[in-house]
Amino acid sequence: MSRTALLILADGRFPAGGHAHSGGMEAAVASGGVHDTASLEAFCRGRLHTAGLTAAGLAAAAATGYDALALDDAADTRTPAPALRRVARRLGRQMMRAARATWPCAGLDHLARHRPQGPHQPVVLGVAARAAGLTALDAAHAAVYESVGGPATAAVRLLSLDPFEATAVLARLADDLDAVAAAASDAAGRVAVEGVTVLPAASAPLLDITGEQHAAWAVRLFAS
Amino acid sequence: MHLDHPVTLPQRHTYSADPRHPDGSHRALRIGFGGPVGSGKTATVAALCRTLRDRLSIAVVTNDIYTQEDAAFLRREAVLPPERIAAVETGACPHTAIRDDISANLEAVEQLEQALEPLDLILIESGGDNLTATFSRGLVDHQVFVIDVAAGDDIPRKGGPGITTADLLVVNKTDLAPYVGVDLDAMAADSRRQRKDLPFVFTSLTAADGVRPVADWVTECLAARHPGATR
Repeated sequence: MSRTALLILADGRFPAGGHAHSGGMEAAVASGGVHDTASLEAFCRGRLHTAGLTAAGLAAAAATGYDALALDDAADTRTPAPALRRVARRLGRQMMRAARATWPCAGLDHLARHRPQGPHQPVVLGVAARAAGLTALDAAHAAVYESVGGPATAAVRLLSLDPFEATAVLARLADDLDAVAAAASDAAGRVAVEGVTVLPAASAPLLDITGEQHAAWAVRLFAS
Repeated sequence: MHLDHPVTLPQRHTYSADPRHPDGSHRALRIGFGGPVGSGKTATVAALCRTLRDRLSIAVVTNDIYTQEDAAFLRREAVLPPERIAAVETGACPHTAIRDDISANLEAVEQLEQALEPLDLILIESGGDNLTATFSRGLVDHQVFVIDVAAGDDIPRKGGPGITTADLLVVNKTDLAPYVGVDLDAMAADSRRQRKDLPFVFTSLTAADGVRPVADWVTECLAARHPGATR
């Protein structure tokens, strides 16, 4: 593996559209659920162990070379909220564009051709990781980091939170991130034999509900 | 009305965005409109649409700070049919969406091209930002920077990438100059100094056909791109 490739893929500056999405943080801030560093940490921990774990499992499985189209269907199954499905596919298209320019490969071309409206973002992430020579565990790390890094950045913008404190929250979650990535990668290691049902399917019902509501807001800063 | 250079030379710019589709056909010309909040970007885009829509197939992409305000304005003003106006959300960072991570804007541009083919011109409007906001060459072929007289006559002197490097600088709201004590000649001299041989125009959109200098520049850009195919 190339450690540098992982840094490029996981960098918040990777031009795949993530900056316009808050991962549910905008709705959480509006409801008062997140209002300070402690509540930011609680939100991130919750998202990591639900949406983050599920995304990491899909990304890791895609990075093993497992059938990406089957994984895309599995991602639909694991994403009950229509608004969040649309977001995942739109971000998947955007990541596809960035990944094909960065690490051109037949796997990405194949996935793009069969999902012209955009595959789920974690699946693209996993295929891109494979194209970059990364492992399933690497892909899982990128997915879990993104699952909390995006909302933390959004919280800084939405609450004018101290950016040092927000970054310290991510650092305090590092062991959790490692553990969730390892669990996702372990599951992905069994997918070739046992099929997609072995992949994590942890859901966050409140994120699903508020995601659906947020999509209908007339005025918002973030696309999701 | 000052038009600094009667002819601009858009062909001197390098295209990092491929000007052709994979099948070899020309894609629409993409022009970005940036500038500070309230300088008249949306009004300029709206006036351009009204002036050019009868002879060109046009679409607009807006980048809003809050949801879809500019797109909603353009739809309300009915400058184009609603399916020709797309809005990109920018997560509170309009400059990121037009420069550092252009993926959402490219999505919007390509979807408009697919749905409305053939398009001649796509106008991409930035959310109101600061003097450093510029468009990626991977997104647009040319960029216009719109400032206004009422924000102060020292803006051209302050410079910044938008003022100094945009392919066209528009100094808007000249009709307000007498009311805000602005010396237009000094603004013109500062603009010339900052921009060397790059063009700039003064506009007042309250005047009849006030957007004409910008419309002429856009028409020149299109003509330079398709030699002999001017409509």
